[in-house]
Amino acid sequence: MGRRLLSILIVSVVLAGAVIVFQYWSYRARPVIILATTTSLYDSGLLDYLNPRFLETSNVEIQVLAKGSGESIEIAKRGDVDIVLVHSRTLEEEFIASGYGVHRVGVMYNDFIIIGPKADPAQVSGLRDAELAFSKIRETGRLRRSFFVSRADRSGTHLKELEIWQSLGLNPSSSIEPWYVEAGSGMGVALRMANEKQAYILTDRGTWISFKDQLSNLKILVEGDQVLLNPYAAIPVNPEKHYHRNFKAAVIFVKFLISDEGQRLIGDFKKGEERLFWPMARDFQMAAQLGFPDQAKEVSWYDMQPFQFRQAAVPVAAALCSRTAHSYVTARSEVEFDGAR
Amino acid sequence: MNPIVDGLVRAFWLLISFDPEVYSIVLLSLVVSGAAVLVGAATGIPFGAFIALRSFMGKRVLLSVLNTLTGLPPVVVGLLVYLVLSSSGPLGPLQLLYTPQAMVIAQLVMVFPIVASVTASSVSSVDRKLRLRALSLGADGSQLTLTMLREARTGVLTAMVLAFGAAISEVGAVMIVGGNIRWFTRTLTTAILLETELGRFGIALALGIILLTLSFVINVALTRLQWSGLRR
Repeated sequence: MGRRLLSILIVSVVLAGAVIVFQYWSYRARPVIILATTTSLYDSGLLDYLNPRFLETSNVEIQVLAKGSGESIEIAKRGDVDIVLVHSRTLEEEFIASGYGVHRVGVMYNDFIIIGPKADPAQVSGLRDAELAFSKIRETGRLRRSFFVSRADRSGTHLKELEIWQSLGLNPSSSIEPWYVEAGSGMGVALRMANEKQAYILTDRGTWISFKDQLSNLKILVEGDQVLLNPYAAIPVNPEKHYHRNFKAAVIFVKFLISDEGQRLIGDFKKGEERLFWPMARDFQMAAQLGFPDQAKEVSWYDMQPFQFRQAAVPVAAALCSRTAHSYVTARSEVEFDGAR
Repeated sequence: MNPIVDGLVRAFWLLISFDPEVYSIVLLSLVVSGAAVLVGAATGIPFGAFIALRSFMGKRVLLSVLNTLTGLPPVVVGLLVYLVLSSSGPLGPLQLLYTPQAMVIAQLVMVFPIVASVTASSVSSVDRKLRLRALSLGADGSQLTLTMLREARTGVLTAMVLAFGAAISEVGAVMIVGGNIRWFTRTLTTAILLETELGRFGIALALGIILLTLSFVINVALTRLQWSGLRR
């Protein structure tokens, strides 16, 4: 039965090879946490700029998923990420209230702006009132003279937009309205769609700055309304709900974000000449205005968490088998606080 | 510059500049799809041959199901695998979500029906007389299977070509279960999607050209193997 043996051998070699590849990939030399954040924040490049510095100081690696705020919080509830960095107060508060998120803290803010075609058929240019601008855009839209592109993806930007419609007592997506274009996509795609259709759109300033070179038909029309401020909150996943998540490393990341160093780095981050985010973690008055009434309490909680950490010793078996024997699960819980023991 | 010309030029530069990120993306695409196809072949070929050679209750139904599954949309596979691997799902404790392993599993789910179904159809189209002759010469089950597979090798290789093509070009499943994490789970297709969303069409197209070149090279190799096998 030489052939039979051979075929069994081939199959088992292939399977063994696959298992080895699996194991090789699983090995992480350092603790890893997964951060779910919004597309707008991801596209800005802020995390690519912060993460290497965080890695240097903490030896914790951040893997970033770019999702809308709605999806980020949803997967966090399922326990698939360690921490979220999002911008939607209603969703965040619901996340906290349901017990899945803990220690919500404001990190920074920027603002939303309404941009639209240079011809501005709705005459909203220069307004400082988002509600008024929206109702004018709707009027000209119904006269078929303009369009409005909605993200329609349950992102923070989309929910902010719905909030403004709601305060006007409206819900344009409840019926088919030709002027109201529901894109169902990320900020960049929606912006380009608005550019093609010469439509109005609500966007955060950071994404606008990153994309404006590609958006020759659009310009900023409405800015400066208090309603349009856009704060970002960091929320670790509750370790009591999902014990396998790396809560300690997530806390270390938040400590970094709200530390003087982290806040300075955020404030220094620029695209071209323009600043994209304003740090506010330690400006409690501003934070309270932006929807973080417990900011002082949470910041002092984070400050009280011990921050010296060391790399855990590599288990003997792992050292012997070099990169193959180490499991992902243990690597994730490797961070130990010196102070905690 | 014309974006297509720009894409070609950029593809060339990306390749010769040995950009580590581009190479890590290319390598991950190859390894993930390659692993999925290998495991898919190791399991799908025996399964397909088994179905073709045995007669049993519900064989036709099974074949129809298998054929239907060859058209399974990658996003649906992605969603299902996500729900299974998610921390709140049945295999949550393995913590495989957002890793290359999860991507291999998702592509394996996609690729298995393709390999099994094409193998089954090519094995069953082998001349019946060969089967009778083998049996009359006293071949046992596994010898028969190997003989039939040898005879159907062109079709089996076609199955591999189709499977690899489907795996390396799909984006829906790897996006959902891999998460497109930079340096870790970003493949050519998810990188193309991201660059397109960011409006960097030149780079997106360049990556597309690299993907196309890659699957062309692999297909040339597999096709040579296929035809040389036929001539022998």
